[in-house]
Formats: sequence, structure tokens, C-alpha cells
Amino acid sequence: MRHRPVADVSHLPTYDFGAASPMWWGTLAFIALEATGFALAIGTYFYLAVLAKHWPIGAPAPDLLPGTTILIMLLASVVPNHLVELWARRQDLTKVRIGIVIMSIAGILPLIVRIWEFPALRISWDQNAYGSIVWFLLGLHTSHLLTDVMDTIVLAVLMFTQKGKAGRRLSDVSDNAFYWDFVVVSWVVLYLIIYWVPRI
Amino acid sequence: MSGIAGKAVGQKQEKGLKGIRDTGLEEARLHAFLAHAWQTPKGLYGWLVTVDHKLIGRRYMVTAFLFLVLAGLSALAMRFQLATPEAGHIGPDFYNQLFTMHGTTMMFLFAVPIMEAFAIYLVPLMIGTRNVAFPRLNAFSYWVYLSGGLMIWIAFAFDTGADAGWFSYVPVAGPEYGIGKRPDFWAQMVTYTEVSALAVAVEIIATVFKQRAPGMTLDRIPLYVWSVLIMAFVILFAMPAVMVSSTMLILDRLVGTKFFDPAAGGDVLLWQHLFWFFGHPEVYIIFIPATGFVSAILPTFVRRPVFGYLGIVLSLIAIGLLSFGLWVHHMFATGLPQLGESFFTASSMMIAIPSGIQIFCWIAAIWGGRPIFATPMLFVLGFIFTFVIGGLTGVMVASVPLDLQVHDTYFVVAHLHYVLIGGAVFPLLGAVYYWFPKITGRMLSERLGRWNFWLVFIGFNLTFFPMHILGLQGMPRRVYTYPPASGWGEMNLFVSVSSLVVFAGFALFFLNVLLSLRGGSIAGDNPWGASTLEWATTSPPPSYDFSRLPVVRHREPLWDEPDTLPVVEGLRVDAREVLASTVADAVPQLRQPSAGNSIWPLLSAIAVGGAFLGSIYTPWAVVWGAIPVSISFICWFWPKGEPEDEE
Repeated sequence: MRHRPVADVSHLPTYDFGAASPMWWGTLAFIALEATGFALAIGTYFYLAVLAKHWPIGAPAPDLLPGTTILIMLLASVVPNHLVELWARRQDLTKVRIGIVIMSIAGILPLIVRIWEFPALRISWDQNAYGSIVWFLLGLHTSHLLTDVMDTIVLAVLMFTQKGKAGRRLSDVSDNAFYWDFVVVSWVVLYLIIYWVPRI
Repeated sequence: MSGIAGKAVGQKQEKGLKGIRDTGLEEARLHAFLAHAWQTPKGLYGWLVTVDHKLIGRRYMVTAFLFLVLAGLSALAMRFQLATPEAGHIGPDFYNQLFTMHGTTMMFLFAVPIMEAFAIYLVPLMIGTRNVAFPRLNAFSYWVYLSGGLMIWIAFAFDTGADAGWFSYVPVAGPEYGIGKRPDFWAQMVTYTEVSALAVAVEIIATVFKQRAPGMTLDRIPLYVWSVLIMAFVILFAMPAVMVSSTMLILDRLVGTKFFDPAAGGDVLLWQHLFWFFGHPEVYIIFIPATGFVSAILPTFVRRPVFGYLGIVLSLIAIGLLSFGLWVHHMFATGLPQLGESFFTASSMMIAIPSGIQIFCWIAAIWGGRPIFATPMLFVLGFIFTFVIGGLTGVMVASVPLDLQVHDTYFVVAHLHYVLIGGAVFPLLGAVYYWFPKITGRMLSERLGRWNFWLVFIGFNLTFFPMHILGLQGMPRRVYTYPPASGWGEMNLFVSVSSLVVFAGFALFFLNVLLSLRGGSIAGDNPWGASTLEWATTSPPPSYDFSRLPVVRHREPLWDEPDTLPVVEGLRVDAREVLASTVADAVPQLRQPSAGNSIWPLLSAIAVGGAFLGSIYTPWAVVWGAIPVSISFICWFWPKGEPEDEE
């Protein structure tokens, strides 16, 4: 078939930020499917709660301290997260490097506190269905926290290498910040359910 | 490469532009550069590292059809056992494994993957790009799918085949009654295949949203591409349900959680809710792309655009949305509140409306066109006939009183096979006849094709129609035998003999494929005179799909301009590059680099598969398995100094 050139795309950039980038849409799709997983696990929580005569079953409400500490930490991390996103869009490599190191630390700290959060549930996963679902919810969030923190650390290391200077990596930093928001928002919802529903 | 690059130095290149561009490049050089940039290495290594969507799509097709053969043979074995009353060929335990493996394989390892396979192969070609949005994720998805399928069939070979039905209901599959590791293999097979399907869904969404040819606005997207886009969204929101539930099942079995244990506050119906929240949309994950096949094949063989484009798109979206509101109709016999049952009856019946709109649009297109009855078209007509019957019995079982009568009988077996074989397999076979020339460069035999169609169509109806009657007579599903006094013997014998006709039809299909691979007549670029972009390139397409990326100005681009293809210029030819465009209007935004070959998707799939497999036996496999998984993912994503990083 004969070709007839009708447009020139030679001056288009090779990367951009947000919805212009296919990776952003990929990230959004992963957030959507993971959020569906969270929603179904939360649905299970309420399904079991409605069936039970008393909720929580055979256990006191969870201890508030570790979960609330993590909530504060995650909410506070939103500020540096958005600064990193902003710096990435402005293509300010020096500030991005500082910001992403801060974000790596902001991710590791709640993971450390989480070690105390599981016992603070004050029930074991195999005691009854209530124990199973709260461990499940916390485990689900922990796996998200863990993977995004790892991603952030790898990206932080990358930003200090020669390869970090490529503009596309700044777009990656921006998408990573987008995903972190999801990790934070999902914890706000889960925190309210795990800690406050048993207190209603 | 240096030789080719050396020659190109003399090519006229604009100052300040990085890389070698296709602007004004003569055809031979253009092809040489692109072939080099997009090549898959030869031999085993190339086979392991390729990220070419066509090779991966083909691989998915071959694998899915092999699983179809395995599932088909298990069905034949069951029909052998059921041909006469109180036959002793197969015992109850093995029979349980057979029907479970049949259903599980057909749904998880054949039907969904084969639909994804066609999407992976066709979508980039139909929207005018060179690969899917995340090529390595695509390669990874195949390896994960393959390992999941192999795992459950190897387990079956060692008498550890899943045996609690394709839905693996608790408590039968739970810690108390589930035998050995059988349900665990089922649960982890689900994890593998769902990871794979979700990966494909994500890449299809990103590809269709962002990589459409300039000018392919939302109302110019081929209907087949619309259908797989909606399929991808249904996967995205349905599959997490079965991942969550199968994880809970394996946790109940492995570490003693109590999700489904009523004695400790759990609930067995929770499993059914979660499973069917996935399980019903699953039917539409299979059916929606099948209707896409019909909407792609039909216009070509009636020589006119499909009737009611907008109506069909809106119907597809409506079916996708409604598919999430039907799951409870699988649970009418569980004693749910009447108000809930009424709601789900209404929503189940409602889905007949968009399905009906599509059927009327197709009939109108046939009515207003000049039908050519080639094999793909025969399968489309066979689909319309069969699916209408399956749809009608669907409306019947959506009604609670009727459902309670026929629940767990052969009436439901008949209904679901009319919907799934009639609704999905017929269009699929039509699709194979339609796109085989594009994929292989050769035509399938029309003569064998007609025999194939009539054998499958007649054999199918003779096999499954009597099952409606058997069901109404009270014959239950999932029983390994029945007494002579039941009076079901003669009809069962008739069904079993008829199933051999279906078998012969499929044998002919595979024979046709094998013979035509070598001896089929040469197809040419566009043997059917079709209108969509995949026919604008060679058959089979080159590794880079199109030498210059097309621009779209019409919904039927090749009918609008049959001899010339409007194209863009200015893309790099010394590196893998595609165009990213805006979501609604497909205005070019980026010259997007496309990932090259890599071994890491395979190694990551091995690491992930190892962790899943180990977790059948010990929860620590997840912890220790996380180490190789993390290493392989980091190596996968770490940039390796490819040309894309230059800019």
C-alpha cells in the first residue's frame, strides 16, 4: 500500500508528566484494580460484622496508638510527596534527589511502626473470623506499603546514578508520587474501619 | 548496525534531532533500520526474551488451544462414562477431578486467555501502533499464565487434580473436607492466571487509551477494539474478587484463618458472594470480545459498515456495567432474602436488552448488505442462532421459581454451553478463519472450513439441546452415574454419540490449521477486502507492524482510501518508538520509546511462580520468595542504557 505522509511528529517530546504519559494510565489502572481488592476486603469485613452477634468477636477493640501514629506519619508524608512531584515536573534534579531520599525515609518509618501494629490488633488471625479479616486488611495494606517503599528506594538510588539524569526518570518519580497518594488514602479508609468501627 | 547507520549518515536529517528519523527515508533503508530496531533474536534465546506482541499473542493462542484440547478430552471422558447408566469406567473421585479440571481449564486457561491472545495480537495492528503499551509486562503475563496452567495439570497427573468444581465451593474445598492439596493447587492456579489476566487488562487499557493512530477519535475506534477495551475494564474490576477469595481460601487451609468457618464467625456463603462477583462478569469477559469478533467479521462479509455503531458501543458498555449486578442469580437456591432475589432477577433480565440491541444491529447490517457466506460468516450466523437460544434460557433461569426447579440440573449445563460455546467459541472459530491469513500469510481451506462449521454446529446442537430435556427430567449435574430406572439412558447415549461429532469437527479444525500453515494459498495483505488497519500491512506483519504509522480519517479507513495510507513522519528508526496520543481525540503527544527484548520478565515470572507454588506448602514461601521476586523486578526495571534514555 502506498504511503502518503500527512503529518510530521519529529519535534514531539519523548516524555511528559501525568495523563500525557502511558505509564500514568498504567499506574491508574493498577490503582483501580488494587482499590477494588481493598473494597472487596472491606466489604468482607462488613459482611462478617453484620453476621456476628457482637463485633469485634471475642476481642477488645484494637489499641489505637500504632495505627494512629502511622496515620499521622502517612498524612505528613503527603507534603514532601507533592513537593517531589512538583520538583520532578519542574525537572529540578537536585531537589528531586533530596525529596526522594526524604520520601524513602517517610516510607520506612511507618513500616517500622507497623511491627507493633499487628500485636496491637489484640487478636490472632486464627482465633476467629474477625481476627482473620483485620489481619487480612492490615496485611493487604502492608504489602502495598512495602512494594511502594521498595520502588521509592530503587528510584532514589537510580536518581543518584548517571541514568537518573534522563528526563524520563523524572516522569517515573512523578508516577511514583501518584501511587504513594493511593497508599496514604487507602490507609485513611482502612484506619477508620479497623480502629473506629469496633468502637461504634 | 554500524553498517546500516553508516549509510544513513548521508541521509538528510534535520539539525538538532536525535536519532535517525524516517522522514524521507527510502523504503529499503526504512525497512532495514526498523527490522534491526524491532528484531527478536533468533533461536531459543530470542524465544525467551521477545516482547513482540505478535509472537506473544501467537504463543497465547497455541497454549490456550492446547488447554482446550485437554479440557475437551476430559469432557469426552465424562461423556464416555455417562453414555450408559451405572457404567463403571470412571469412579466418583476421578469424575470429580475431571469435571473440575474441565470447567477450570475451559474458563481460566482457555476462554479468557484466548480472548486476551487475540487482543494482544490484534489491538496494536488495529489501532495503528507497533506494540502494546507495556511489552515486558505482556511477556511476563504469558509466562505466569503458562506456569499456572502447567502446575494444575501436572498436579492432576499426580492425582492431585482440583475436585471441588470450577467454583471450588467451601466447605467442600475448605480445610475440613478438601482432600490433600487439591483445592490449594486450584487456588494458586487462580492466582497465576489472574495476575496474568490483570496484567493484560492494564496493558490493553493503556494501549487503547494512549497509542491509537493520530485521528482515531473515540468514534473511529474499531468495534472489536472497543469490545476488548471493555473486556479489560471488566477484568480490572472482577478479577480482584477471585484473587481476594482464593487467597482467603488458601489462608483458611494453610494458616488456620476462619473466613469460611461458621463455627468461628465465618460464613460459607461469603465464598459464593466473592466468587460469583467475579464469576458472572467472567462470562462477559469471554462474551464481550466474542461480540467484538462478530462486529469485525460481519461488515467485511456483508460489504457495508456495521449498522448502529454508537448503539453497539453503548450496548457493550452497558453489558460491562450490568455484568457486575447479576452475581446473586447463581445463588438463588441458597435461601437469600426475597427482595434481593427480585432485584437480581430484574438485573439479570435487563442484560438481555443491550445484548438484544447488538443482535438487532447485526441483523440490520446483514439485511442491508450483500452477504458472502465464507466460513467466518458461517460461524457468525451460527453464533447468532445459538446465542439467541442460550440467551432465552438465560432469561428463563433468571426467574427465581424456574431457577429453583432446574438448579444444579443438566438444564443449566445446556444453558451455559449454549451461551459459552454458541456465544464465544463460534465467533472465536470465525475469528481464526478470518485472521489466520493475517497471522500466517496463508488462507485456511474453505472446503475444510465448511465441513468444520457444519460438524461443530450440528454436533453442538445435537449434544447440548437434549441436555435441556434431561435437566427438565431432573438429571442432576456433577454426578458420575445414574440408575437405569431413571429413564435417562437413551438420551445420554444420544448426547455422548453426538459429542463425537463435535470432536470430529474440532479435529478437522486443527487439521485445517496444520495443513494450511504449509499448504494454504498465499493470502496477500487484505484477502477479504476488509476495512480496518491490520489489513494495511503485510501478512504476516513485520516485527514493527507498520513501516510508517498510519493516520486515521474515517471509521473504515481502508474503504475510505483503498490504495493509499496517510502516515506520519518524524519517528526514530534506530530505536523502538511509537506514538502516544490524547485519550479522546488521538492527537499525537509524545514519541514514546517502547521497551526492547529482555530476559527479566521470564526470570520474574519464575520467581513469582516459585513463590506461589511454595506457598501451597508453607506460608514462609511468600517471605523468602519475596527476595528473588524483588531482585528480578529491580533488574527488570533498571534502565540498561537503551537509546530511549538519550533523550
